[in-house]
Amino acid sequence: MTTLELSLSDDSWMAVCEESRLTPGRGVAALLPDGRQAAVFKDRAGRTYAIDNRDPFTGAQVLSRGLIGSAAGRPFVASPLLKQRFDLETGRCLDDDEVTVTVYPVRTVRPTADARPTT
Amino acid sequence: MTTSTTPTIVLVGHGMVGQRFLEALAERGVTDRARVVVLCEEPRPAYDRVQLTSYFSGKTPDDLSMVEDGFMERHGIELYTDDPAVTIDREAREVTARSGRVFAYDTLVLATGSYPFVPPVPGKDARGCFVYRTIEDLLAIEEYAKDKTVGAVVGGGLLGLEAAGALKGLGLDTHIVEFAPRLMPVQVDEGGGAALLRTIEQMGLTVHTGTGTQEIVTEDGSVTAMRLSDGSELATEMVVFSAGVRPRDQLARDCGLDVGERGGIAVDELCRTSDPAVFAIGECALASDGRVYGLVAPGYEMAQTAAAVIAGPGDEDTKGFTGADLSTKLKLLGVDVASFGDAHGAAEGSLDVVYSDSRSGIYKKLVVDGEGTLLGGVLVGDAESYGMLRPLTGSRPPVSPEQLVLPAGVGAPVALGPSALPDDAVICSCHNVTKHAITQCTSLPEVKKCTKAGTGCGSCVKVIEKLLPAATDKGLCGCFSYTRSELYEIARTLRVTSFAALLDSHGRAEAKGGEGCEVCKPTVGSILASLNNGYILDGEQAALQDTNDHHLANLQRNGSYSVVPRIPGGEITPEKLIVIGEVARDFGLYTKITGGQRIDLFGARVDQLPSIWTRLVDAGFESGHAYGKALRTVKSCVGQTWCRYGVQDSVRMAIQLELRYRGLRAPHKLKSAVSGCARECAEAQSKDFGIIATASGWNLYVGGNGGATPRHADLLAQDLSDAELVRLIDRFLMFYIRTADRLERTSTWLERLEGGLDHLRDVVVHDSLGLCDELEALMAAHVAGYQDEWAATLDDPDRLRRFVSFVNAPDAPDPSVRFVPERDQIKPDLQILTIGTLEGATSR
Ligand code: SRM
Ligand SMILES: Cc1cc2nc3c(=O)[nH]c(=O)nc-3n(C[C@H](O)[C@H](O)[C@H](O)COP(=O)(O)OP(=O)(O)OC[C@H]3O[C@@H](n4cnc5c(N)ncnc54)[C@H](O)[C@@H]3O)c2cc1C
Ligand code: SF4
Ligand code: FES
Repeated sequence: MTTLELSLSDDSWMAVCEESRLTPGRGVAALLPDGRQAAVFKDRAGRTYAIDNRDPFTGAQVLSRGLIGSAAGRPFVASPLLKQRFDLETGRCLDDDEVTVTVYPVRTVRPTADARPTT
Repeated sequence: MTTSTTPTIVLVGHGMVGQRFLEALAERGVTDRARVVVLCEEPRPAYDRVQLTSYFSGKTPDDLSMVEDGFMERHGIELYTDDPAVTIDREAREVTARSGRVFAYDTLVLATGSYPFVPPVPGKDARGCFVYRTIEDLLAIEEYAKDKTVGAVVGGGLLGLEAAGALKGLGLDTHIVEFAPRLMPVQVDEGGGAALLRTIEQMGLTVHTGTGTQEIVTEDGSVTAMRLSDGSELATEMVVFSAGVRPRDQLARDCGLDVGERGGIAVDELCRTSDPAVFAIGECALASDGRVYGLVAPGYEMAQTAAAVIAGPGDEDTKGFTGADLSTKLKLLGVDVASFGDAHGAAEGSLDVVYSDSRSGIYKKLVVDGEGTLLGGVLVGDAESYGMLRPLTGSRPPVSPEQLVLPAGVGAPVALGPSALPDDAVICSCHNVTKHAITQCTSLPEVKKCTKAGTGCGSCVKVIEKLLPAATDKGLCGCFSYTRSELYEIARTLRVTSFAALLDSHGRAEAKGGEGCEVCKPTVGSILASLNNGYILDGEQAALQDTNDHHLANLQRNGSYSVVPRIPGGEITPEKLIVIGEVARDFGLYTKITGGQRIDLFGARVDQLPSIWTRLVDAGFESGHAYGKALRTVKSCVGQTWCRYGVQDSVRMAIQLELRYRGLRAPHKLKSAVSGCARECAEAQSKDFGIIATASGWNLYVGGNGGATPRHADLLAQDLSDAELVRLIDRFLMFYIRTADRLERTSTWLERLEGGLDHLRDVVVHDSLGLCDELEALMAAHVAGYQDEWAATLDDPDRLRRFVSFVNAPDAPDPSVRFVPERDQIKPDLQILTIGTLEGATSR
């Protein structure tokens, strides 16, 4: 079993879910300890990404429900509301240079024999 | 460099122009070599004053900010908010701020903007009197208006109309009092003012032109009325003054800098004041051409100029600011108003060409000289051609001015495209970008990024799009060079059953192995669903569906969903109605009758969808596919059973058709209706397929559409029996599904189809292509394979797992989905943001 973890601003990691919960090409939302929400995605190749769940164009917490795609080899998610696209690696909006969403580092952790994940 | 030799630049005023100046300094690397200090009077950094009014349509002060996150830190700029400069000592080169801080400067830049002019009438300082300039002003107006019902605006200029629109939006009965004989006297002429007046009065605002304000009448210190110049009294509970602005030059006067007779800090072409160490830019400056500019674009040019001069020689922007174009295009209260060049025909010997249509509130005037050179113009009500006309100012347009003012479709077609513009024509006046600069780019995003054109007021975007290389590539998207119908054929003949396989075998070279995109994924998902008609949310298919299909419900603007149970033909038993009512009540959903003869329940959180549907499925409801590109409704009229005119049982037929085609995935949604006689109460002729009863059977109409581009349906066949009708619809729908493009309704598809209706009739009635057996077989497979998606979802715990708000807290409801009461029901508690929506976004 592999766990997906997400890092907040400090150096600590929080477990989000089993990596297998993610469908390639789609996202899920995760509630962060401070009340913010993250949108976590997995692509076809199994790479994982996390950005803020709030769609800056509408204020709704919905980016996790967008479709992901790639343009020029870079992964993006399209907001399910008004379809603006956000680069999953940088958080930059591809349709409006002025807008960016927060990116959270993610990693997958496979428990070692003594089941203690290392940082 | 040691600290002692680091020069200090002090900027007084952090408004729109001040911020642009800082950006221009940073672009030139000056912020790396100099200490930059900013004194900002307002409690917040620079924001977009031009868009101020959008606060009332839901933008937050943060949305309006003009300062990119981290900008000040990145460039080491010291910003002091809420701390205005109070004195300048030019001798000592020091500025003192209200807090007592003192800053020595090498270069001082004044960007203090303007203040609203309030006419010196008695009572002007009463409670209930406001101006309209800052976010704080708006907050105060909003607060005060809460329990008021009438408001008045003094001044019918550009800002006055914006302020009036805001008061109207706050629910007040709104009056506009304008001294001049027409609205917007500066920008438009008499005819334009009249057209504007009509339109604004139609919106329910009351306009008093040619009327001055003599006194603000008060009671206990609060406004109760205005006394007007004709002696009458206008009852009002608040007054917003919008009678023009004056440059804020007091600081400059106090320290002995030269100011203009009628105000404004005098500057030369390089934006230097009478003291070479002091610059003035923006609305506070009196430019070398003797004018004070009250628009933001000239202020930006001054900011560039000053930054270039400060950066040192060799900067091309140091050529100086010698005056600017005062063209404007605005959308005031929803009316387009534009003026450009010599709008009032001030030049000697100028001639007017006018088109005026008072019924629709359209007024257009072009000013030309004896040779036909375009000098300027005024457009009210229809400013579509502004983007084209403004750059042509000063040249002779390739077609006559009469043709230019006539609306499209009247007289000879106007063959005037952006290609007719000279290379140096300024296309974007907000950012002063020429046609030449735009044609160096290949896409709109690139233009925006490289030239900033189109990122200001946005009025030039249409022309920019026309200047970019035409889209000759008919491919579906960046991932496929095939059209939807070609992909359908490929998937059908090669029996492709997965998106990944199709992308890797038939995608564009650069897209193979990639993710696909938000355009091709749902399109291919729909093709695969039409061909294989299985459950659409299993395996890879799940990843292809738009969010609505993915959750089998329609996403709403606050992240909640709407639920639409199918009500075939619009017929429903009292028991089922009660169940809908009970479900709505128990889950607290907003309930509304739709335009499609069914009931929509709004405001469900994603985690509530399964419990809501459990109740609905138990009561015999099925998914209404309001979320899918699929059959929506077959509306019916009550028909022969009850109606005295009916000649067939339209309800029975509508139900039969709805049950047959429910769940059918198509390139776009499908709608239908059945009317019991030619009176057509079900509006069948506006549907993709519509049926009207005749004495001997049914007439079938196809290709109708309501929506944005309505189209009357065409009669395909007459007097059909029940069986003939169904067979013909089967063929028609499958032929459409097979050959239509992505998001092409039957109406546009039929318009595009070579040979049109006759060809369609040949194929589906006379079987000219020998396809009909296959089309019928495909439909038979659909009918046999149909299952209710909600029932199938509820039956499967795996499929239910996606219906949680949070993967790491499956039981937690999403706290961001909140509601407030309205008219005894709920509505989303969400500010309505509208930061530039993408065009056609709903259809993507
Ligand atoms: C709910 C409803 C409005 C209402 O409260 O009455 C509605 C709501 C929406 N309509 Fe509609 N339309 C509704 C009846 C109509 C009608 C009237 C009708 O069907 O008789 C029309 C004109 C008829 C037609 O389609 O030809 C209509 C023409 C549109 C269009 C324009 C289509 C076009 O071809 O121009 C869109 C946009 C689109 O599909 O791209 C649209 C899109 C939408 C969307 C899906 C917008 C969106 O993407 O979010 C709305 C979804 C609401 C939701 O989340 O539930 N809706 N819409 C109606 C649902 C009917 C139903 O029971 O299913
Ligand atoms: C509602 C509204 C709609 C508008 N619409 C348009 C439009 O459609 N198109 C257009 O071109 N223009 C429009 N304008 C005008 C446009 O906003 C101004 O031209 C522009 O803001 C000028 O920029 P500025 O930096 O010179 O002045 P401002 O943006 O006013 O900034 C000046 C700043 O300096 C501060 N200041 C003043 N004195 C001091 C001091 N002593 N110390 C420190 N700070 C000080 C002020 O508080 C203010 O924040 C509109 C204005 C308003 C109010
Ligand atoms: S269309 Fe004809 S049958 Fe149907 S309700 Fe109207 S009048 Fe009656
Ligand atoms: S003219 Fe305003 S953005 Fe181009």
